[in-house]
Amino acid sequence: MLNIALPKGRLGEKVYAMFERAGYECPSIKENNRKLIFENAEKGVRYFWVKPSDVSIYVERGAADVGVCGKDILAEYAPDVYELLDFKTGVCRMAVAGPKDFYDDGQRTLKVATKFENCAKAFYAKKGRDIDIIKLNGSIEIAPILGLSDVIVDIVETGTTLKENNLDVIETVFPISARLIVNKASFKFKTAAVEDLTEKLRGMIEE
Amino acid sequence: MSENILREEEMIAFELRALYQKYGYLPYKMSKFEEYDLYARNKEFLEGARIVTFNDTDGKLLALKPDITLSIIKNDADDGAKRKVYYNENVYRASKKTGAFKELHQIGVECVGDVDLYDVYETVCLAAASLSKISDKFVLDVSHLGILTAVLQGLNGGKTFEKAAKRCLAEKNVHELKTLCENYGVPSEKLTALIGTYGAPKTTLEKLENVCESDEEKAALEELKTICALLETTKYADNIRLDFSVTGGGNYYDNIVFKGFIDGIGEGVLSGGRYDKLLARMGKKSGAIGFAVYLDLLEEIQTDRRETDVDVVVLYDESVSVEEVAKTVRKLIAEGNSVSAQKTESGLRCKRYVDIRGGKQC
Repeated sequence: MLNIALPKGRLGEKVYAMFERAGYECPSIKENNRKLIFENAEKGVRYFWVKPSDVSIYVERGAADVGVCGKDILAEYAPDVYELLDFKTGVCRMAVAGPKDFYDDGQRTLKVATKFENCAKAFYAKKGRDIDIIKLNGSIEIAPILGLSDVIVDIVETGTTLKENNLDVIETVFPISARLIVNKASFKFKTAAVEDLTEKLRGMIEE
Repeated sequence: MSENILREEEMIAFELRALYQKYGYLPYKMSKFEEYDLYARNKEFLEGARIVTFNDTDGKLLALKPDITLSIIKNDADDGAKRKVYYNENVYRASKKTGAFKELHQIGVECVGDVDLYDVYETVCLAAASLSKISDKFVLDVSHLGILTAVLQGLNGGKTFEKAAKRCLAEKNVHELKTLCENYGVPSEKLTALIGTYGAPKTTLEKLENVCESDEEKAALEELKTICALLETTKYADNIRLDFSVTGGGNYYDNIVFKGFIDGIGEGVLSGGRYDKLLARMGKKSGAIGFAVYLDLLEEIQTDRRETDVDVVVLYDESVSVEEVAKTVRKLIAEGNSVSAQKTESGLRCKRYVDIRGGKQC
């Protein structure tokens, strides 16, 4: 039995459809109820919906054998897991954004507001730029408007939210998409099942 | 001594010590403190582990040991003689998952000196034997970094490329490895072949024949073959896998590395390898190989959960004389029970109560 952690929401539903097409369907998942765990013993799968940012925790600790997780979460928390597939869906990017007229002259510490502390730190450390990290948990876009920060480091999908708040992307930190992650110990003891699942899902991506 | 007094991880530690002594490893007992300087000089080996530091009475900066290996090898005389030791100690470091400091119980072996192929085989074999003492369902992943290092050097992508490529290997991340190679303008075939080459030694070694072309790659492969052939003759043959996702932490491992997994535990419980480079950095000529078992992780598979805390709870009150309580407890213990004398039903789980309150007995 493979325990599979899926991220709640649109991305999770889209990815589940790929699992379904790959032959790992679990009809009870489509029933409209508040259940969080769904099992299809015949196909050897048990799905559960968790908060997207928690998927990597479930997988790293072995509560889930495999999971689907955005690259943003993987880059931020660096869980010790295998990353076997890029689903090429849920595509967006981690980017630095700031007010339309913002120019970094490098004369003073750059104030960076973000939910992704580690990603922002690593990005600016590589450039050798001195920054002051301001950790926020949401509505990051208003930080530069209110003068809380100079720029933000956040996920940008279409850029509409940025535009509506008079912000522009300054540079891309890294591209993001959904990935298939696997617990390292599970891979050792359920090798054939994980390989089989990965290959079938790979077929779905290349279709 | 009654076996059920020992907790499961204590039993395992007990068995492992016996195993290591059988192979001539001597116990190595050390102080809990070490001069901080040792860790500052070898930060990379500790992979950025955060350390608990404090000042000694003379002002010297000390640390609670975050690691045992460094303390063992720093004292090595470097006279060519081989020293084989085992330790059973607690180390203190910040947990990568929670960021808070933790006390971690480790048991392990180190072989320092003129290390040869026999020692490598013996250490890997002892690692497998250690895992078998914990559970029948175990896997020991073995890799030879000599192959990976030679492949990376052949690609000539530079240090940043090598670091990123190693991370992709550790994640079995083919898609990002391909992008990385594209960005650096180097061919990705050999590295992706290494990611895809894992499993039982026999079939994996055959595949590796096609990957290893240069003299360095072939020399490392020959070493790996010799070790695998020897391991094939042990009862652990079916539990050994070759896997290049084991890349060893830091830059000190350049030869055989290995990692052990137990079914039911989400992360590796054993890790080790040959780290001659660390000694070279300390100005020593010796070689070294060793491993550690992370005993605190074994709590996850503990099967000795008891249904009761004690066999009998004796309930007494002020009206009962101390002599009477003592007599009752002694009698019950003599009958083979574990007994707790209490004035109230204190929430202890027990098989039965013996109530002598008010002089009654039921």
